[in-house]
Amino acid sequence: MNVTNTPDPDTTASAAANPRPVWRRLIGFNLLTAVILGVGGYYLGWWIGHLIKGPSYAYESATDENDVALLLGYLGGVLGFLIGMGFANYPISRLLGRPASLREKEGEGIGRYFGLCTDHKVVGMQYLVGIGVFFFIGGLNAMMIRAELLHDTPTIVGPNQYLTLVGVHGTMMMGMMTSGVLGPFANYFVPIMIGARRMAFPRIESLTFWLLMAAGFILVSTIFFGGFPTGWTGYQPLNDQAVAGMDSYICFFALVGISMALLGMNMIATILTMRAPGMTWSRLPIFVWAVFGTAVLMVLAAPMLIATLGMAALDRSINTSFFIAGGGGSSYLFENLFWFFGHPEVYILALPGFGIVLELLPVFVRKPLWGYKLAISGMLGVSLLSFFVWQHHLFVSGINADLRPFYMLSTEIISVPTGFIFLCFMGTLWKGRMSLTVPMLFCLAWAFNFLIGGTSGVVLSDVATDTQLHGSFFVMAHFHYTIMGGLIFSFFAAIYYWVPKMTGLRFNETLAKWHFWLMFLAFNSTFLPLFALGIMGMPRRVSSYEASLVPLNTWVSISAFVLGFSMLIFIVNTVYSMIFARVPAEANPWNSKSTEWQLPTPVPVHNFDQIPVFDSDPYDYGTPVPIAIGRSAPAGA
Amino acid sequence: MSSESSVAPGLAPEEPNHWRRFLSIWVIASVIGTPLIVLLVGPLLGPSTGSEEAGGQHTIMTVLAAVATPVFMLVVLFIAYSLVYFRQEKGAALEGPAIRGNARVQAVWIVVTSLIVLGLAVYGTYELEDHYGHGSGSGPNPLTVPSGPKLPVQVIAQQWLFTYRYPTYGGVETTHLELPVDQEVEFNVTSLDVIHSFWAYKLGVKADANPGANNIAFVKPTKEESFEVRCAELCGIWHGAMVNPGKVVSATAFNTWIHEQQARLAPATKALPSYSKTYIPEPTRRAE
Amino acid sequence: MSVMAKKVIGVTLAVAVVGVAIALYVADWATSFPPPVSSTVNPVSAGGGANLTIETVGAVGRKVSPANPDWVSYLVKSHGRWVHSTIYTVPANSVVHVTLYEFDSASGLRNQFFSQVQGTVGGTMTLDGKTVNAVNGEEAAHSFAIPELGVFVPLPGVSEAEEEKDFCEEAPCEPGQYHHRTITFSFRTGKKGHYRWQCFVPCGAGFLNGNGGPMQTLGYMDGFIDVV
Repeated sequence: MNVTNTPDPDTTASAAANPRPVWRRLIGFNLLTAVILGVGGYYLGWWIGHLIKGPSYAYESATDENDVALLLGYLGGVLGFLIGMGFANYPISRLLGRPASLREKEGEGIGRYFGLCTDHKVVGMQYLVGIGVFFFIGGLNAMMIRAELLHDTPTIVGPNQYLTLVGVHGTMMMGMMTSGVLGPFANYFVPIMIGARRMAFPRIESLTFWLLMAAGFILVSTIFFGGFPTGWTGYQPLNDQAVAGMDSYICFFALVGISMALLGMNMIATILTMRAPGMTWSRLPIFVWAVFGTAVLMVLAAPMLIATLGMAALDRSINTSFFIAGGGGSSYLFENLFWFFGHPEVYILALPGFGIVLELLPVFVRKPLWGYKLAISGMLGVSLLSFFVWQHHLFVSGINADLRPFYMLSTEIISVPTGFIFLCFMGTLWKGRMSLTVPMLFCLAWAFNFLIGGTSGVVLSDVATDTQLHGSFFVMAHFHYTIMGGLIFSFFAAIYYWVPKMTGLRFNETLAKWHFWLMFLAFNSTFLPLFALGIMGMPRRVSSYEASLVPLNTWVSISAFVLGFSMLIFIVNTVYSMIFARVPAEANPWNSKSTEWQLPTPVPVHNFDQIPVFDSDPYDYGTPVPIAIGRSAPAGA
Repeated sequence: MSSESSVAPGLAPEEPNHWRRFLSIWVIASVIGTPLIVLLVGPLLGPSTGSEEAGGQHTIMTVLAAVATPVFMLVVLFIAYSLVYFRQEKGAALEGPAIRGNARVQAVWIVVTSLIVLGLAVYGTYELEDHYGHGSGSGPNPLTVPSGPKLPVQVIAQQWLFTYRYPTYGGVETTHLELPVDQEVEFNVTSLDVIHSFWAYKLGVKADANPGANNIAFVKPTKEESFEVRCAELCGIWHGAMVNPGKVVSATAFNTWIHEQQARLAPATKALPSYSKTYIPEPTRRAE
Repeated sequence: MSVMAKKVIGVTLAVAVVGVAIALYVADWATSFPPPVSSTVNPVSAGGGANLTIETVGAVGRKVSPANPDWVSYLVKSHGRWVHSTIYTVPANSVVHVTLYEFDSASGLRNQFFSQVQGTVGGTMTLDGKTVNAVNGEEAAHSFAIPELGVFVPLPGVSEAEEEKDFCEEAPCEPGQYHHRTITFSFRTGKKGHYRWQCFVPCGAGFLNGNGGPMQTLGYMDGFIDVV
């Protein structure tokens, strides 16, 4: 479905010159080999694990679980998968002194979307589809959760399976959507926006994608190993107590952490070193600034997660006691380590949303971005402060009481730079000429949703109110409003905005508008009552709750089903527009002044025939404002 | 947002003063809306009568809702205003004015938002420390401790039931929580296995239970009523079912009840270890 | 339609079919419960009430549970056969008489509070014929507790000597064949409801605190009492 409009000369030429039988084309470093080696690697790791720690160990003979075998199996599976995909070829060629290929599969036909490709545009497309699939899976989990919550005791879904569904939903969404904007859109458009032909590390770029796919597969495999009962936060010591399915969570998140760290590093290196002449820091599109801020957070926060999960894996498999009070450790250690990662993580989710909305607004309002420097300070301020607030997740957990006023202050303060984004949003709308295209609708919805989400965050930042609301559905509503109402709405804005450039095909406008309105109304109908449920005392992650709350939960569940239906409309639109209707899109349907829209569709493999020289930022919209005599010009700030 | 009065002469003078118009709409909406929210939505913002702590939390919630209302109105009304007045006419392709910023507006915004936020933080800190943690679990060494006699009640969280131990009544342990009214209670919350959270909704108490750690929360129940205790931290399969009934009763009724429990549960009390702030019972690591 | 379009449509259909199959598999996994088993209701002439016969075993065995043969578990007698289920249906507003065969050896209670029998008729149970109201917590192998009805019954296990001589390694265990303790107690049910029950002894061997594995899995050491 990602076939370009014009036949790619490279493919047709090589295909005509060297016709090979299908079976011969399947041999080589590709997805099929990767899957085969992945399965082989899994069984190899499993077997080694059994040799190290087999049934002779009392622990394994009593529990019928072998965590060492499963962890080594997953490790072997991932390594086999990556080797089969061809990621080891370049390092090994270099080690052996052989000439190494610098480009993989660029411009080769549809096969390049299923393997290691060094073209950043292909990686962006892979990310979009791959993350989309796992987002859909996470969403289906949510539908099952809401179906169960129609009843106030475990009725449809068993209590264990319910906890696994809750855990997989949260973990899948958090792990996948962290790269939800940077993966597809930053990979595709940041090089183009800064005038580069590729990312700084193209092979690593592809690696981050395939790591994420392997991770997603590992997470869904948890149901074969008994699932996991901890939810996405993986708190110890429940984590240690859990059956082998917990190892799927640990491996998933560790791989996601590695993927995040590499993705962030790649973005930083690209933005720092590969800007074309004239692309100074003050001309950088705001989306690139948001990507930069997010990338810094990824690089600094993800290693914390990987280390924490490593300790958890050791606790589970070889009996260390990092987090076990009875063995000399502390459950508080896990909470603190996790949330030191966890809080920057949620800003990793929020920042790209800011970037997308502020990037799209000027195009649809025909005015430059208002308060460019203020927006940047807002984003960087949020990035910096996000490392100083994590204990607000632990206000009632028994932390040292001296700390709480400080973290209350820091959490309240972080709403100030967030407010800058809203001011720039409003300033850009001011006296503009707004056209309500579908991306613009999603941007407006973002503002509404994130406002509610952010304000509820201020309510939670006060310790006294947090005492009432922590661990209740109020928190659920807060983060769904910021993450889903914020990031996901901006994600769809980006899809409707940029996919015509990525695929050269238009979306069906009617279906798109149906998608938007149904999604916006159903989203608010689903999550607004959750604030009330939290205030009325319903805890999170429960399948038994007070009988008087059944009517409200029924309303929420039905709204959630409608929300799921709106996503179905989106899928129908995608399948219809990309496979059946295939209406070609012009090169610049939005009349945007941004760099990527000045290129032809499809964007050529090498992006630019000549590296461009930039002389302004991409916000050159608007009629000049006359300056009244005696006053200084409106600050370009 | 340069003010309209400084537009150079010769340009369209009939452009409305959006700045003044929007500001008045916002001010009027906030002046009407904030008291409405406080009066209509305020009472619904959580339990308020069960204890002093619950009452205080309710007040703070209402204050925060009142502060949030004008902020919410500002952005939402602005979007609505833009949808009406700042639209592209159908089929047109006009551009807006190339305004890139306004230093004065930005400065005012930064100062005002910072002041609001700092004010809320100061208010929150004062409320927290003036009310001995406001029912939250404040760790083993709370910053401020209420003076006067306190009834110590230990909350033991285990998978998947809360039990309550009264050290001043012979260390008797019960499955129901009963408290005397108008008496300061010191909850000592601990866990025997994984992290749980003791949440007495109507009393406004929430304190996490960690293994090997003690978490202290102060509460003064002020109304004789039944309440429910729920677990607020995911602890495994029966997390949602970990519900206990509880009751606040008069001092004499409490006395009768506790002596009844001491008599009825004498065999269990004898078997219990001596009272301590934390317990790490066998098996401490893996069971054999 | 071009060949490419036909290929794409074919692939999309194949993906959709596989997707639906996976979704059905997952839905089946999510909604699986152990089968509910009814207590046998006594006629009014015989005193009314209902009878429930259950047993606890030290290792459930490969025949009953191929995935977890070494887990401890409850089983219930239904129509003369032992069934691997923990979902029991009992009548409302009546007295349920429970006969329990304990085949497992002691792990010891984590909280000695549960060493006293609570919530049963008379606050007692019979242990091998003797009426007791509390046991030595260290000797408890399992317990049967319905927290919402206030029922807590500790179940002492077979002694070490008995364990050495013969120990039932595989369910179902017949009272005639292996050493066991016999415990009987009765509890009253009120109005209709769906109540959970669990064991409070950390008997999940090998798991942290003994509370993992079977202790957290429906069908082994956790279940439902459906009062109808």
